[in-house]
Order: sequence, then structure tokens, then C-alpha cells
Amino acid sequence: MTLAIDVQGLSKSFDGKTVVHDLTLRVARGQICGFLGPNGSGKTTSIRMLCGLLKPDSGSGTCLGYDVIRETDQIKRHIGYMTQKFGLYEDLTIQENLQFTARVYGLDRRNERVEASLERLGLHHRRNQLAGALSGGWKQRLALAACLLHEPELLLLDEPTAGVDPKARRDFWDQIHAMAAQGITVLVSTHYMDEAERCHEIVYIAYGRLLTYGSIHQVIAEAGLTTWAVAAKGDGARIATLSQDLSGKPGIDAVAAFGAGLHVGGRDAAALERAIAPYRSDPMLTWQRTEPNLEDVFIDLVARAENDPRAA
Amino acid sequence: MLWRRFLAVFIKEFVQMRRDRITFAMMVGVPLMQLILFGYAINSDPKSLPTAVVMGDSSPFARSIVTALQNSAYFRIVESPVSEARADELLRLGDVQFVVTIPVDFTRDLIRGDRPTLLVEADATDPAATSNAISALISLNDTALDHDLKGPLASLKNAPPPFDLQIHRRYNEEGITQFNIVPGLMGVVLTMTMVMMTGLAMTREQERGTMENLLAMPIRPVEVMLGKIAPYIFVGYVQVTIIILAAHYLFDVPVIGSLPLLFGSAIFFIAANLSVGFTFSTLAKSQMQAMQLSFFYFLPSLLLSGFMFPFRGMPEWAQWIGEVLPLTHFLRIIRGVMLKGNAPYEVWPNLWPIAAFMLAAMALALLRYRRTVA
Ligand SMILES: Nc1ncnc2c1ncn2[C@@H]1O[C@H](COP(=O)(O)OP(=O)(O)O)[C@@H](O)[C@H]1O
Ligand SMILES: [Mg+2]
Repeated sequence: MTLAIDVQGLSKSFDGKTVVHDLTLRVARGQICGFLGPNGSGKTTSIRMLCGLLKPDSGSGTCLGYDVIRETDQIKRHIGYMTQKFGLYEDLTIQENLQFTARVYGLDRRNERVEASLERLGLHHRRNQLAGALSGGWKQRLALAACLLHEPELLLLDEPTAGVDPKARRDFWDQIHAMAAQGITVLVSTHYMDEAERCHEIVYIAYGRLLTYGSIHQVIAEAGLTTWAVAAKGDGARIATLSQDLSGKPGIDAVAAFGAGLHVGGRDAAALERAIAPYRSDPMLTWQRTEPNLEDVFIDLVARAENDPRAA
Repeated sequence: MLWRRFLAVFIKEFVQMRRDRITFAMMVGVPLMQLILFGYAINSDPKSLPTAVVMGDSSPFARSIVTALQNSAYFRIVESPVSEARADELLRLGDVQFVVTIPVDFTRDLIRGDRPTLLVEADATDPAATSNAISALISLNDTALDHDLKGPLASLKNAPPPFDLQIHRRYNEEGITQFNIVPGLMGVVLTMTMVMMTGLAMTREQERGTMENLLAMPIRPVEVMLGKIAPYIFVGYVQVTIIILAAHYLFDVPVIGSLPLLFGSAIFFIAANLSVGFTFSTLAKSQMQAMQLSFFYFLPSLLLSGFMFPFRGMPEWAQWIGEVLPLTHFLRIIRGVMLKGNAPYEVWPNLWPIAAFMLAAMALALLRYRRTVA
């Protein structure tokens, strides 16, 4: 099994503030790796270091076998990077944007490739529309088409589905899976839990530190959370006050909204049971043991990272 | 309530103004720069103009005339004596402003009372630079020889003056201001538009968020720079053509020299300005800042190049700054080619400084071009 991404100890700070701490990441070829974390946790910064756009302050490693510090030109040639903000020219048409990209990469059979790309992404009939006039979903398709033109072996997608409607999101993910099936490696950052569940493996970072890594089952199992689901009869006010009462109680590590109710989780099952005992007799509430989901795990992880003295 | 809402905007504007360092620098820098330039650098009564003397006769009378010229403070003899051919070349090169020719039989004719003619040729491509000096010449005519005309010659002092003064305004017989301004405008327009065009080049990528995508692609800075500069060379040529046509057909400015030479020289000037703009766009954080930087470049170019005020009227330090600016040299080239019919070898002394400036600006731009984000 060869690694598409293999970096150790990447760190980066801006103006004395460390934004990425000692990041070690290994992603096997053909995998879809979800990159999760709250806003400002260092996802974009990490991705930029992987594709040679930022020089790490320390650390080393390779992307597609090329050194992330010295061989950035090679990396740029072989990866596709989709920036968080739409990075193509809004005053060029779809076709012109693709032509420009193909020229910069110095691709042969340029027209053929652009045609094929327009066809594949269903942008064929919109080729002469200005990119600026497209909706979020179409912009995202175009950006993806542009970063696939040179047939990269590794795709780095930075929040590609932000501001995209559910249908377009689903299509997008189908496409990502199709590409992974062809052996392309994908690192995709996202905020959506349902998207995280479509990844082969996930990485969760907060405050610039990697908190957990693995398949979803591994991540959930390793967290060792016991979780209870609470539902309330009547209006939502009861749940809101309950959520406030429970948060931060000893034994309770994660309180998360789930549907109209709550998920209450704790690493120590006995302590958790003691903590919720006073509320279990409340006739307005129904309590039930359940499996923790990713969100419960992440809330617990972030809470732990916050209390970690090393955290910034 | 009006007052509160007014205050809200008022305070917000102040906070934003304080954040924007370049605007702040502009508010302080522009008045200072204008004060210094207008107050110290500019002088519309240029003195000490370089003059060559063709001595057909080197009698004490002739030497007295040369001394009187120098004493007038308007003329500074830089080469004397020179041959007529050399004098003509100096004038064409713009190395001297005046050539004074003392004819061969000057003394003989003077003593005979034949009133010989003293020929003064002025480079009138910039009429403003020579007008005061010419007025000074006319009064000189009466007094230059007062000391020499003694004894039996004293009678020559009586009116009319002992010698005739013939002033020849070369390249612009009638001293028409447009001959100077209109070709010069070509340089000014190019400076203004070219610097601004590329000034926005990189900052626009930055502001629209396309920069990161560009950086993530395998493209070298020099490729980006040249690719961004080249299209505007065409724009520059369109402007050059329009101004030449207008100069010729609307303002009757003669085009004596070779147009291909003018077009060929223009490419260096256009590229130099585009490179400056590109450099600005790598320094500025926003398009607004790029525009402000362009202004800082444009102001001295306009004032110190010899476009608005005679170059030779400025103090030495201002002339040194002027010599660095491409516009100064380009003005000399256009006026030289259009009005004087300068040949390529006469253009060269002003062409290489532009080319050197262009290369320096490009090098700086490439140094400043960031290959990584932030
Ligand atoms: N160029 C920069 N200069 C200064 N701070 C930056 C820069 N880029 C990112 N940061 C800071 O680094 C942190 C992480 O940012 P980022 O990597 O964009 O997070 P994410 O993509 O996970 O939202 C943020 O606090 C952000 O303000
Ligand atoms: Mg981000």
C-alpha cells in the first residue's frame, strides 16, 4: 500500500500564533480522507502546506512521493487543489476558464480535454456562460472540472460543498467516489457529518492539533463514549434548559442536539449514569441508551482539547 | 436620531482610516511631496543654460561677448570653441540649449561700423525654457562691449547697437507651445495609464480570490508577469498612434524624424511603466493601494521630467531624480525624433536609461512576487 500523503510534524505559525501543531498524516492511495474540524482549526493552512502554497515552519514529508518543501513544483503539477473560495475568473466563461487552466498546465490535446471535461460535468450547454453568473453548485462543478483537467493523482478539496444545495452535494460525492474507484486519492475538508460518513477515513483537528484519525468505526470506538438519547414531551423549552443544566456536570463529557432531543455522552459509563440519575425520573423526559455518533465524539474531543493545557 | 447615526458613521470612518496605512501615508505624503516639488524643485526661470560657442573670431571683442553671456547668469558655456558641425550635433542631442556663433570677420566688421551679426541658435523645443534667456540676450546686445569700445571706437556705442543679434529658434521657429506639450503628452498619458493598468494586475487577483488558485498551478512568476504585461503593450501602442495622429493633424506638430524609430523606442518606455505598475501591484494589498502608489509615481514624473516645467530650471538634486525617471528620457526622445529628426544614435543616450529602469523594475517585481500565500 503506497501513501499519497505522508507528512510528519508539520507546524505553522502566523505572527507568533501557532495555527497548525505537529501534524502527522498518512493517506493511502485511492482513499477518500475527510478532513474535519471547527472553523479556524487549521484545515486550510494544513492543505496549503501539503500542496506547496505554504512553507511549513518545521516538519517534513511527501505528497505523491515529492518532498513538500523542496519539490513544490512537482507537487503542483500532479495534484488538483480546489480552494475554499472560488478561485477561477468570474469574468471569463466556463470554457475560457477551462482553456486557461489547460494552457497553464501545458496540456496536449487541449480542446479535446476541455470538451471531455465539459461533457463529463454536464457543463456542456453552459460553456459560454460567465463563471460569475453561476450559482454555488455550478461554480463548484466548474472548479472541480478545472482541477481535474490535468488528471491529478491527488485531489485536495477545501470545503468544496459549502453553500451548495443538497442535490448538488450528493452528485458531487458520487463523483468523488467514482474518482476514488479509479485510484485517485482525495483529501476533502468539510463541516457536514453526513459527508464525513461517506469518507473511508476521517481526520479531526481542532486548535491546530490532530485529535483523532481513522475509519468512522475506529474513531467512534476509540472515543469510548457511552451515550444516552433524551426526548421531551411537549415543547422544546425543556430540552434547552436541560442542555444547559447537563453541560459541564462531572461525568458528562458531551451534550449535543439530536433531532428534537439531546445526546448526552460520557467516557465513564458509571459516572454518566450518576450524573443523569436525577433527571431520569422526570416524567416529561424519556431516556434511552444509544450508539454515539460522530458529532458526539467530536464534541467530546473538542471539549477535551479545550481543557488540554497545551491547547492555544 | 440624526446625531447618533451621524456619529456612528463618523467613528467607523475614522477607525477604517486608521487601519489603512497607505491612505494615511498619502494624506501626509502627498502634501509634503507637493510642497517640496513645487516649493524647491520648480523654477520657471531657468538659468545657467548650457551653451556652446562657435568662435569664428577670437579677438578681445569676441571674448568679451562670451564673458558677458556668462555674466548674465542665463548662459553657461560648456563647450568653446566648437566647430559648426559639432555645435549642431550638441543642439540635436539636447546637450546644449544654445549655440552662439561669432562670425569670422566679426572684429573687422565691428570696427568698420558694419554692424556684424551675432547668431544665437536656441533649442526651442521647449519655448518656456529659452524665453527669459533670449530676453536677456537682447539687453546684452547694448552693453556687452561697453568696456571695449573706448577711444576712437567709443562712437560705436551710440545707437544702434554695435552688432546685430540674430536669434534663430531651432526646431520650433514660432515658439509654439503645442510643439512641446503635445508630443510630451504621449509620455504623460502612457505613464498614467500603463502604471495603473498593471498596478491593478496582481491586486485584482488577490482581491477576487483567484491568486491562490494561480499560485497552486505550475506557473512561474516571470511567466505571470510577462503574460500580464504584454497585452498592455498593444494598448500603449494604440495610445501612441492616436497621439501622433492628433499631434500631426490637429495641432500641426511636425514629425521630422522616423516613425519606426519612435515606435521602436516607445516599447521600452511602455514596458518600463508596465513593470513599475506590476511592482506596485506586488507591493499593494488592494487595488486601491495600487492606485495610490501609482499616484506617488505619477506626481514626480509629471513635475520633474521636464514636461510641466523646464528640466534645466530645477536644482541639481531634482535633476538627478528626474534623470532616473523614464518619462524624462522619453520626452527627450519624442521631442528629439518628432521635432529635431534625431537618428537612432542620437536617441540611444536616452534609450538605455529607460531600458535599465525597466530591467530594474522587473527584477524588483519578481523579487517581490510571492510564490506562497500570505
Ligand atoms: N495568512 C494568515 N495570516 C495570519 N493568520 C492566518 C493566516 N491564515 C490563517 N490564519 C489563521 O490561522 C487559523 C487557521 O485558519 P485556517 O487554516 O483557515 O482554518 P480552517 O480552514 O480550519 O477554518 C485561523 O485562526 C486564521 O485566522
Ligand atoms: Mg478553511
